[in-house]
Amino acid sequence: MTVQELPGAGASHRATPPPAWRPRTEAAPLLPDPEPYRVLGTEAAAGLDPELMRRYYAELVRGRRYNAQATALTRQGRLAVYPSTVGQEAAEIAAALVLEEQDWLFPSYRDTLAAVARGLDPVQALTLLRGDWHTGYDPREHRIAPLCTPLATQLPHAVGLAHAARLRGDEVVALAMIGDGGTSEGDFHEALNFAAVWQAPVVFLVQNNGFAISVPLAKQTAAPTLAHKAVGYGMPGRLVDGNDVAALHEVLTEAVQRARAGGGPTLIEAVTYRMEAHTNADDATRYRSDAEVEAWKAHDPVQLLENELTARGILDEQGIQEARDAAEAMAATLREGMNADPVLDPMDLFAHVYAEQTGRLREQADQLRAELEAEDDA
Amino acid sequence: MSTVTRPGVKPATMAQALTRAMRDAMAEDPTVHVMGEDVGALGGVFRITDGLVKEFGEDRVTDTPLAEAGILGAAVGMAMYGLRPVVEMQFDAFAYPAFEQLISHVAKMRNRTRGAMPLPITIRVPYGGGIGGVEHHCDSSEAYYTATPGLHVVTPATVEDAYGLLRASIASDDPVVFLEPKRLYWSKAQWSPEAPAAVPGIGKALVRRTGTSATLITYGPSVPVCLEAAEAAREEGWDLEVVDLRSLVPFDEETVVASVRRTGRAVVVHEAAGFGGPGAEIAARVAERCFHHLEAPVLRVTGFDIPYPPPMLEKHHLPGVDRILDAVARLQWEN
Repeated sequence: MTVQELPGAGASHRATPPPAWRPRTEAAPLLPDPEPYRVLGTEAAAGLDPELMRRYYAELVRGRRYNAQATALTRQGRLAVYPSTVGQEAAEIAAALVLEEQDWLFPSYRDTLAAVARGLDPVQALTLLRGDWHTGYDPREHRIAPLCTPLATQLPHAVGLAHAARLRGDEVVALAMIGDGGTSEGDFHEALNFAAVWQAPVVFLVQNNGFAISVPLAKQTAAPTLAHKAVGYGMPGRLVDGNDVAALHEVLTEAVQRARAGGGPTLIEAVTYRMEAHTNADDATRYRSDAEVEAWKAHDPVQLLENELTARGILDEQGIQEARDAAEAMAATLREGMNADPVLDPMDLFAHVYAEQTGRLREQADQLRAELEAEDDA
Repeated sequence: MSTVTRPGVKPATMAQALTRAMRDAMAEDPTVHVMGEDVGALGGVFRITDGLVKEFGEDRVTDTPLAEAGILGAAVGMAMYGLRPVVEMQFDAFAYPAFEQLISHVAKMRNRTRGAMPLPITIRVPYGGGIGGVEHHCDSSEAYYTATPGLHVVTPATVEDAYGLLRASIASDDPVVFLEPKRLYWSKAQWSPEAPAAVPGIGKALVRRTGTSATLITYGPSVPVCLEAAEAAREEGWDLEVVDLRSLVPFDEETVVASVRRTGRAVVVHEAAGFGGPGAEIAARVAERCFHHLEAPVLRVTGFDIPYPPPMLEKHHLPGVDRILDAVARLQWEN
C-alpha cells in the first residue's frame, strides 16, 4: 500500500488553519529590550525610594560579607564547597526582597545568599554545603525550596507549586533562579512551556554570569540573548543589568505583580559576572583573562549603588559604617555557628526514607545500631 | 477470580477498576489531581481516565503539554503545595525522560528535607508486553524503580487489587510507582465497585494458589501465567503454590519465606530481563533465609536479557507456561 492509497491520503497531512486563524498571542510585547535595562547612573535614578535603597545597600554589604565569610570557611575546611556569588549580590538580594511572605523562592545551589536575604538562618542555609544534611531547613517555614543541585530541575517544581496555589485561589508567586548554563537543560524548556500554557504565576530569573563553570555563553547558546528565549513560549522576556539593584528591583517587581494579577510568567535575564571561580575547586584563570575580570570590577553592584546613593545624599559615611558593622556582626555569628561541630545521629540515615520504615530498612538500621554499640564498647 | 454471580456484582475489567479507584479517590479528597498527556477528553490512550474530566473538570484532570519530565516536575511542585497528583505516563518507555525528576527529586524529597516535605505522588505506568506493541511500548521497567530508594513500587494482577492498590497508592504519603500490566487491562472478574474489597495495603503479598511441591513467586502480568502453569503442572503430579507479590518495594519477605519453607522449592517468574531484575534480589533473599529448607537452587524464569523484541517475536521472549514448567522440572524432583 503506498501513501496515496492510505485512507484519508490526498488531503493535506498538515492541519490547515481556518480563515480566521491568527497567532494566539501578539508577538510585540514579548521581545526583550535590546540593551540591559538600567536605572543607576541614569535619569531614572532620581525617582528612587531612599528608604528602600538604603535597605538594599545594607543587604548588599551584608551579602558581600557573607560571600567572603563562606569562602573563608571553605579554606578552613568548615564547608565542603561554596559557590560564590561575589559580583552577583544584587540579583540574589533583589530576588528575595521582591517577594511577599506567602511567595516561594526556588533557588539553585549557587543561591544561598538569596535564601539568607529572604530570612533563612545563615548557618541553616549552609547545611547542604557543610555536609551534615542535604537541606538544613523546613522549606515551608520560609517558603524556600531546597537549594537545587541538579541544573534546572527545580524550575518545573516552581511551576507546579504556583499552579497549585492558583487552583486553590491563593495569590502566591513562585520565583525560580537559574544560571546561564542551566538554560540549555531540557527542564528549563519544559518548565517555561508549562508555565506559559498554564499561565502560572512564575518568574524565571536567569543570572547570566558569563560562564557555566568554564564554558562561556557563546558556546552555550546561539540566541541573541537568553531573554529572547521567552518569545517562543509566549511570555515576556526582559533583559536587565544584573549589577544594578534598582533596575532589578523594578523589573522583578513588575514581573511579580503581573504574575500575581494573573498575567502569567516572565523570563528575566540578569546580565552579571561571577567575580570568583565556580567553586573553590575551580581554576578560573584557565578560561578567562584578568583584564575581563578587572573590567567588571568597575561595574561592581555594591559600589554602583553606593556611588549613586552618596551622590544623591541618600547615604552618608555613617550609613555606610552602619551597614558594614551589621555585616561584621552577621559574619561573626556565622563563624561561631559554623565552628560549632554539628551533632549528627547516624540513625537519621534511615529515618526519612519513607513515612513508615520498610522491613529492609529496619533490618539495616539494626545492623548500624549494633555497629555503633560495638564502637562505643571498644 | 470467581465466576459466581452475586447481587450487585458484575463482571468488570481491570481498566474499569482503575478508573473507579481514581474517581472514588477524587470524590473523597479534593486534593487528588490527575494529570498527563491525553488524560482529559480522550480518557487516556487506554481509556483509564475515561469520564474523569467530565465529572471533575480540567482543573483536576489536566491534559498537560507532552513532556514527561515537565509533567512529573510540575507534580512535585503541586505536591509541595499540598496536592496529591496522580500522574499518567502513557507507556513504560515514555517515562524515561522523567527519570531525573523521579530519582533526584520524587524519591529523595522527604529524605533531603528530613521528613519535612513528603511527596504523595502516584505515578501510573502502563508496562510490560503481550499486546503486540511496537518498540518502546512494551518495556518491563520495574528494575529501574525498585533500584531507587525512596519509591514504593506496586503492581496489581487482579481487578480487585487494581482498585485496592491504586486507592492505597493515592492515599500513601510517599511516592508510589504504580505499574499497570497493560495486557491485563481488559481481563475481567466479578467485582463490585459499590462494595470493593478491603484495600490490601502496600507491601502485602498474597498466596494466590496454595500448593506443596514448589512455590512460583511472581507479580503483575506473570501472575495469570503462573496460575495457568500451576494448573498444567497437576498433570505432572506437581502441586504448585503461587505467590503474587503485589508490591515489589516494600517486598513482603515473610509471606515469600513462609511459602518457600513449606514447599522447599522456588521459581521466580517475571517478564523483565533477568540480570539485575527483581528476581535476582528475591532469589538472593530466599537463598539467604531458606537455605536449610531448600531442596533445590532457586531458579528464575524471566524475559531474556535483550531489548524488548518486535511484536512478531515477543512470544519467544515472554516467560510462558512451558518455560515455567521446564524450570519446575529442573528442581530435581525425587518423587
